[in-house]
Amino acid sequence: MAIRDDVLVVGGGLAGMTAALAAAREGASVRVVTDSESTLQQASGLVDVLGYPTPHDDADDAGNRTPVANPFDAVDALPDDHPYRLVGVDALRGGLSVFDDATGDLYRGGHTERNALVPTVGGTVKPTARYPASVAPGLASDDRTTLLVGFDGDTDVDAPNVAAHLRAAGVPFDVGGVTVEFPGDLDGTDQQTRLAHALDTDEDGVRRRLAERVKRSPKRAGDDVFGEGGDADDGAAVDGFGDVDRVGFPAVLGRARPRQVRDALAERLDAAVFELPPAPPSLPGVRLRYRLRDALREAGVAVTTGNPVVDHDVEPTEGAGGDGAENPAPRITTIYADRNGTKTPYEPDAVVLATGGLVGGGIDSERDAVYEPVFDCPVAHPEDRYDWSDADAFGPHAFARFGVRIDADGRVLGADGAPLYANLTAAGGVVGGYDAAAEKSASGVSLATGYAAGRTAVAAASSSHPTPTDVTADR
Amino acid sequence: MSRDTEVLVLGGGSTGAGVARDLARRGVDVTLVEQGNLTHGTTGRMHGLLHSGGRYAVSDQASASECIEENRVLRDIASHCVEETGGLFAKRPEDDESYFEEKLQGCRECGIPAEVLTGREARELEPYLSEDVDKAISVPDGAIDPFRLVVANAVDAENHGARIETHTEVVDVLVEGGADSSAGASDGDRGDVVGVTVEHHAGSGNRVHGAPGEREDITAEYVVNATGAWAGQIGDMAGVDVAVRPSKGVMTVMNVRQVDTVVNRCRPKGDADIVVPHETTAILGTTDEEVSDPADYPEEGWEVDLVIDQLTELVPILAEARTIRSFWGVRPLYEPPDVGSQDPTDITRDYFLLDHEERDGLRGMSSIVGGKFTTYRMMAEEISDHVCDQLGVRGRCTTAEEALPGSEHPARLDAAMDDFGLRSPIARRSGQRLGSRAEDVLDTSGPNPVVCECEAVTRAEVSDAITQSGSDLNAVRIRTRASMGNCQGGMCCHRMANVLSADYPEATTRGAWDELVDERWKGHRHALWGEQLSQAALNTFLHATTMNRDHDPAGRHPTGGNGSAPGDDAADTGPGAVDVDFAAFDAGAATDGGRPTDEASRGGGADGSRNGGA
Ligand SMILES: Cc1cc2nc3c(=O)[nH]c(=O)nc-3n(C[C@H](O)[C@H](O)[C@H](O)COP(=O)(O)OP(=O)(O)OC[C@H]3O[C@@H](n4cnc5c(N)ncnc54)[C@H](O)[C@@H]3O)c2cc1C
Ligand SMILES: Cc1cc2nc3c(=O)[nH]c(=O)nc-3n(C[C@H](O)[C@H](O)[C@H](O)COP(=O)(O)OP(=O)(O)OC[C@H]3O[C@@H](n4cnc5c(N)ncnc54)[C@H](O)[C@@H]3O)c2cc1C
Repeated sequence: MAIRDDVLVVGGGLAGMTAALAAAREGASVRVVTDSESTLQQASGLVDVLGYPTPHDDADDAGNRTPVANPFDAVDALPDDHPYRLVGVDALRGGLSVFDDATGDLYRGGHTERNALVPTVGGTVKPTARYPASVAPGLASDDRTTLLVGFDGDTDVDAPNVAAHLRAAGVPFDVGGVTVEFPGDLDGTDQQTRLAHALDTDEDGVRRRLAERVKRSPKRAGDDVFGEGGDADDGAAVDGFGDVDRVGFPAVLGRARPRQVRDALAERLDAAVFELPPAPPSLPGVRLRYRLRDALREAGVAVTTGNPVVDHDVEPTEGAGGDGAENPAPRITTIYADRNGTKTPYEPDAVVLATGGLVGGGIDSERDAVYEPVFDCPVAHPEDRYDWSDADAFGPHAFARFGVRIDADGRVLGADGAPLYANLTAAGGVVGGYDAAAEKSASGVSLATGYAAGRTAVAAASSSHPTPTDVTADR
Repeated sequence: MSRDTEVLVLGGGSTGAGVARDLARRGVDVTLVEQGNLTHGTTGRMHGLLHSGGRYAVSDQASASECIEENRVLRDIASHCVEETGGLFAKRPEDDESYFEEKLQGCRECGIPAEVLTGREARELEPYLSEDVDKAISVPDGAIDPFRLVVANAVDAENHGARIETHTEVVDVLVEGGADSSAGASDGDRGDVVGVTVEHHAGSGNRVHGAPGEREDITAEYVVNATGAWAGQIGDMAGVDVAVRPSKGVMTVMNVRQVDTVVNRCRPKGDADIVVPHETTAILGTTDEEVSDPADYPEEGWEVDLVIDQLTELVPILAEARTIRSFWGVRPLYEPPDVGSQDPTDITRDYFLLDHEERDGLRGMSSIVGGKFTTYRMMAEEISDHVCDQLGVRGRCTTAEEALPGSEHPARLDAAMDDFGLRSPIARRSGQRLGSRAEDVLDTSGPNPVVCECEAVTRAEVSDAITQSGSDLNAVRIRTRASMGNCQGGMCCHRMANVLSADYPEATTRGAWDELVDERWKGHRHALWGEQLSQAALNTFLHATTMNRDHDPAGRHPTGGNGSAPGDDAADTGPGAVDVDFAAFDAGAATDGGRPTDEASRGGGADGSRNGGA
């Protein structure tokens, strides 16, 4: 027996979860079918909306390289076929509201329309719209004196180097960096999780010991932020440590009880404590995934993980037969997911494609073709493979924009510009037409398109029901 | 008259490094100058085949005999740079039977151990060999690491008093006297070469001897032009004609080692007929196309397609395999003026020693052109003999007997591995990379985390390479293989920069990081489809999304940082730097204890609706 739902979301990343939550808000029965991991485990945990609307325009014009303070105002500067322009700023606001409701006190940034500038592990600052509460005290527009702490043996964060880089970037606060040995064993794999666990459980008094090491840490030459003196051996705090208002750490400050870990360290250091958004694997990303999973459960969304969608059936809409523009698009009737080699059928009324981009597996390529593997939606790409990328590592890569085309409601379009299926919408990385990395728009587009795709799916589903619900009404 | 050095060697490829080592060991005062880092030229862009001579056994038996002789020498003196993989000449049904017999016969005539295997026997050795292969000849081909070998030669030269200057470009050749200065005439007195003018470039900390942009004359009793495909340009500077015919070839790197043996196609000549296993990868090659400028030629997609398609006939799983990058090199081919081959594949692979005194009436300089990596030592010996003749020095060549640094104690590698309690495969690979130096390098008291996961390179190795090659992360990459695996540096470029930051100012670190990322991208671009395209997308997410390096307010490629005082960060920005108006951005909610600037808090309060427009 096939499994029936109003809406089936293929892909359980940020876009798929947003679409599912938006659809559930409308009262639809929703299921997410997803292959294993999403990119959230790799993502820094920040939710970028828009930082640079014209990242590849004239490099001599510093305006193209300067972050915008208000992302909503900057949407108009984007090209016409950009997903934000297609689904509109209202869908973006809607997506953010879904996100804010689901994440609650785990995230910050909803108090303003402005972007925040967050220090990165690369030593730069990045414009973003929502940031974890654990990151909040570290914002770059806050002028408090800052000490960054790295752990010897953690190759990703070199605190003195990040601090020096931030100074070169012109941040409006004093910042220095120290490297300390984490109290406890740092060798071996899965470092982040093990450190977070030690801090969660405070095994062997690790919170106190860490705070003490930070206070006693010797300064590095060039970091004259904290006055003279300081020696690891004499047990005394570094002179001038008292001037430090906030202390930033690699993002390992607890997985189960992050708030408690930060509070304990803050109390001992007598300073605010924050995390630097990390390179993969990312605990803030994992925390976000867990929080969104909880939200899905609360919203009654069923989630099936570890099952890639491999096949589908299509049926022309009943009564089809007109021609030209009158000819309605066919419907997807059945979706098949692979479960240990056997095909499980699903018969949803509407489908949201949220399988991610080149990174997530939603877009794939061969030597001479770029394609969308699940429904074979058309993906425009240059003929010559050498035109897929730019000669400059950070140039205007065509591949960054690879993806399916959608309309204002998030429906997937065919090569002729008409909806490919009556009941297929798409969201997130699988959608083309934007350069997420250069614009700093990755998660924002997932939220906006997820919101649009989820709501349109409910409308498409209800149009196939005997008693349609009015999806445009306010809740 | 006193000169700065007795012999000045131009070019830090295998030939130049080999000559420097040979002469230094004979007690000659040598200086080597190289415009980039060591192996910057063809040597760093070759296939890594330690020829058995089998490839030349029919067409060029003199080369074949030299190859097998040097193959034996290198396995002895450079065991830490050589992997004795063995090689196969595999024959498909459509390949000519009589050529197979000629090949076998040729190997035997040249003293190359050769054995015939049935198709089945060949597949037992190499399971992925095509079912169609009906027989094969096995020969002692090997894989050789040109980077380590050249570095070992340079280190040995330095140990014997030589001076090695990298990032030092020859911009003029100094000639004194001479009656006839028109190039092209074959006799008449053109004078004496007394040295060169060099210009120093930025790039690599320890090895930079002059300030970037600075020019300097280096005088010498004798100059050896070992600039390979660039030899003609040096010739022009000295007013003599050296007609090198540069010919490019592609090499395509696979993500895993599909074969453990060198696999050659057994047919007369042609492109795309060899796979060489190299460390954790297999490298497919190659093409042969004449180019006009060895530093600027098109790198074309059809070449990549050709090697994959052709070699799939020998090793079918290559069709499905993941390609990680491609790179090109230019052969410094030379043929005497009277031959005039049309097709570059017809040009001999032999080498030529051009004595410009004898040939052009220009005293004090010789050029060495053509040849192969495998025979570099023999070439170096012949040149050194010639130079010693000119200088009246008597010194015996010892380069064939004396092991290169790092290879003296092969047995100690295993012991070192146990000593450091390193888990396989890290210890094994570190041991292979470091040779007998493993013990010194890996003996760190603190933690020794892995920096590059794809190639299992630890921080201690990266630090050691920095001590040896300075702030040039591309040189560090070449020594350690860090950033050369599947992810092409996506996960580790910033980590390598972090290790560098322990010894260098932030701006130098950032500049080296940018150069590394750019260099990785250049090669990665040629493999951008399938998983490698997805990898490229992931790498841009890491570098641009997570770290915002594409819009770094401090800019990219800073150059002014080296000399600036600590704390003087304003001087440490690079092109693309922008002034950010920090006060215009969110400074945090008051509940988080932020101290928002006035402007930002005003922006916050007014429009802060968490529910947006839903
Ligand atoms: C390294 C990295 C750092 C990032 N940092 C940031 C950041 O700082 N700020 C920001 O805003 N964004 C960031 N992002 C982007 C963000 O994490 C998401 O990639 C983006 O929002 C797109 O999400 P998505 O849900 O469309 O795709 P994905 O997260 O890729 O999810 C796609 C899902 O679909 C599943 N799937 C694929 N094919 C199938 C199939 N056939 N059947 C079933 N399921 C399938 C996959 O398993 C996966 O779970 C980062 C991404 C990466 C990779
Ligand atoms: C595609 C390809 C594959 C090959 N595969 C193999 C193989 O598998 N096995 C094998 O044995 N051989 C192989 N070879 C041949 C081998 O690589 C070369 O013969 C050998 O590396 C040449 O070394 P070299 O030192 O003479 O030249 P190079 O390595 O080119 O050295 C010359 C150096 O001079 C420097 N230079 C140039 N101009 C100046 C200047 N003005 N001032 C200062 N320095 C300067 C350059 O930067 C360069 O580093 C291959 C060649 C190619 C192209």
